[in-house]
Amino acid sequence: MKIHEYQAKEILRSYGVAVPQGKIAFTVQEAEEAAKEIGLPVVVKAQIHAGGRGKGGGVKFAPTAQDVRQYASDILGMTLITHQTGPEGRLVKKVWIEEASNIAHEYYAGIVLDRASSKVTFMVSTEGGMEIEKVAEETPDKILKVGVDASVGLQAFQAREMAFSLGLTGSAFKNGVKFFLALYKAYIGTDASLFEINPLVVTQEGDVIALDAKADFDNNAMYRQKTLTPLRDFDEEEPLEIEADKSGLNYIKLDGNIGCMVNGAGLAMGTMDIIKLTGGEPANFLDVGGSASAETVEQGFRIILSDKNVKAVLINIFGGIVRCDRVANGVIQAIKNINTQVPIVVRLQGTNAEEGKKLLEESGMNIIAATELKDAAEKVVTTLGQTISK
Amino acid sequence: MSVLVNKDTRLVVQGITGTEGGFHTQQMIEYGTNVVAGVTPGKGGQMFMDSVPVFDTVKDAVKIASANASVIFVPPAFAADAIMEAADAGIELVVCITEGIPTLDMINVHEFLKKRPKTTLIGPNCPGVITPGVAKIGIMPGFIHKPGKIGIISRSGTLTYEAVHQLGNAGFGQSTAIGIGGDPIIGTKHIDAVKLLNEDPETEAIVLIGEIGGSDEETAAAYIAKYVKKPVVAFIAGQTAPEGKRMGHAGAIIAGGKGTAAEKMEALAAAGIHVVKSPADIGNKMKEVLG
Repeated sequence: MKIHEYQAKEILRSYGVAVPQGKIAFTVQEAEEAAKEIGLPVVVKAQIHAGGRGKGGGVKFAPTAQDVRQYASDILGMTLITHQTGPEGRLVKKVWIEEASNIAHEYYAGIVLDRASSKVTFMVSTEGGMEIEKVAEETPDKILKVGVDASVGLQAFQAREMAFSLGLTGSAFKNGVKFFLALYKAYIGTDASLFEINPLVVTQEGDVIALDAKADFDNNAMYRQKTLTPLRDFDEEEPLEIEADKSGLNYIKLDGNIGCMVNGAGLAMGTMDIIKLTGGEPANFLDVGGSASAETVEQGFRIILSDKNVKAVLINIFGGIVRCDRVANGVIQAIKNINTQVPIVVRLQGTNAEEGKKLLEESGMNIIAATELKDAAEKVVTTLGQTISK
Repeated sequence: MSVLVNKDTRLVVQGITGTEGGFHTQQMIEYGTNVVAGVTPGKGGQMFMDSVPVFDTVKDAVKIASANASVIFVPPAFAADAIMEAADAGIELVVCITEGIPTLDMINVHEFLKKRPKTTLIGPNCPGVITPGVAKIGIMPGFIHKPGKIGIISRSGTLTYEAVHQLGNAGFGQSTAIGIGGDPIIGTKHIDAVKLLNEDPETEAIVLIGEIGGSDEETAAAYIAKYVKKPVVAFIAGQTAPEGKRMGHAGAIIAGGKGTAAEKMEALAAAGIHVVKSPADIGNKMKEVLG
């Protein structure tokens, strides 16, 4: 689960990580009041779940009250387009008003899971403000990676190593060590899956602060991170994905016109792949899971068909725990209830596949049956009159 | 000989009194797996289906019922604890089916298992392991499998069934099929499973199924290039997956331009592996390769 910068900063502060003072504002008036309270100059920052906000015009330095009013009214309500939002951009509904910092140096600090070593791993770099992926590709020697032994946590010598690698000295060095130790505590304490502090800033006063903060959390740990739950911003998510999530379905919207319903994440991806290879374009990823019932299948159908681009549907079920006859019943019920005209290709294989096929045949509905995966993909692509590529 | 599961497997089911645990225990027994015990803390002394004794701890299951393998069906919040309990009791093979275990819990499990090298963990978030005709530990439908010479390694459940089905159509059975799981932290990675199947005299060829995210397929490819003479057919799922979105499995995500299907397919092909683009070509490719 992703959260906004201002929420991330509030969490970091509660763990003793130094962040600038700031206030959230939903209106121009609130922005002006916040600036007054914090003291000028301030920075006006658009709050959306995407990076690259500065380049898109969503972050402005405001030395006067007039500037605050101007920038807040410009940014609130704007559709901010960055390299992470896609061409449609994101509507800005709130701005973070933050005290301006006297920046002496900018650095990068991040924490992620390193899958190869199965360790929580720090990445720090002198290349602040740059995209870390780019630094990793072009100048990998400028990134220091420090893996944490989970049984003891981040040790002081490791925090010192990072501070030394950035060239920090004097009070900045001490503050840097403190910063890294606190950041690790926040990561573990919140079941985070990503912290990115870019830039990490050393001020002219020798303070080490998180000038920006990006955070992502482990969805599997939400049951024990109840304080994070209210931070979820549904405005930042695809409405159909939220709808699917409520029914326990795993749905991701894509740009094509062939809707897919599959059991199992790997097979769902494989089904998208074969549609594309056959000359079609998948409209979505949808995993109905290991315990698909008639209800979940119907709900899945509704979600797929809510996407107006969808012109045909491919259902690919390999019954293991899921019984194909149950899926077939779900499909029949769904078509009856939804009353759709979209052509539907159904491929059932595995547990009770024969019973499932029989149910579909006897339903008298306009369902195109397929037995093998290749056959299913070709049938769904041909229904759209598209050419099958070999 | 097959790998991981054989006729000497004596299985304990952790979470045997739960709905899932109970259902799959029956299925495993019907398939011929020797289920010797169950564990549900607080329900020790009961009998499951009048034939399987339930214990409070895995230690008791080992001491009294001589269990040497475990399968875990407990809910995500308690699954990491269950894995560590099994390892601490000296269980050699632990198969964790549970999906949705927090990553930080699995990091702790990983550290814990380093100090217990005798234990092999399969999963979590996996369908389990099957040696067709002998025994299965997990949730896969037994009837689609046939005994044979092909070893399968896969991060995905139903995609494994698809591969098994196609191999069957092409006239091939399986030596052992290992579902290694779709999470970012798993016990047995592609490379570990490749080593097992490479050393197994009954396995003549290997099907390797990967997906987007991480770099475990690339690591396995490097090993295969160096040490594996047996033919390997591979498929990578997620060629059409967008960046930054988790495709169902917690581990299936392209992040920062890394972990793409294209990268993996290239690394596998460079290692001399027969990579198929379409998931429908796994069986045919194996037929072509083995002649």
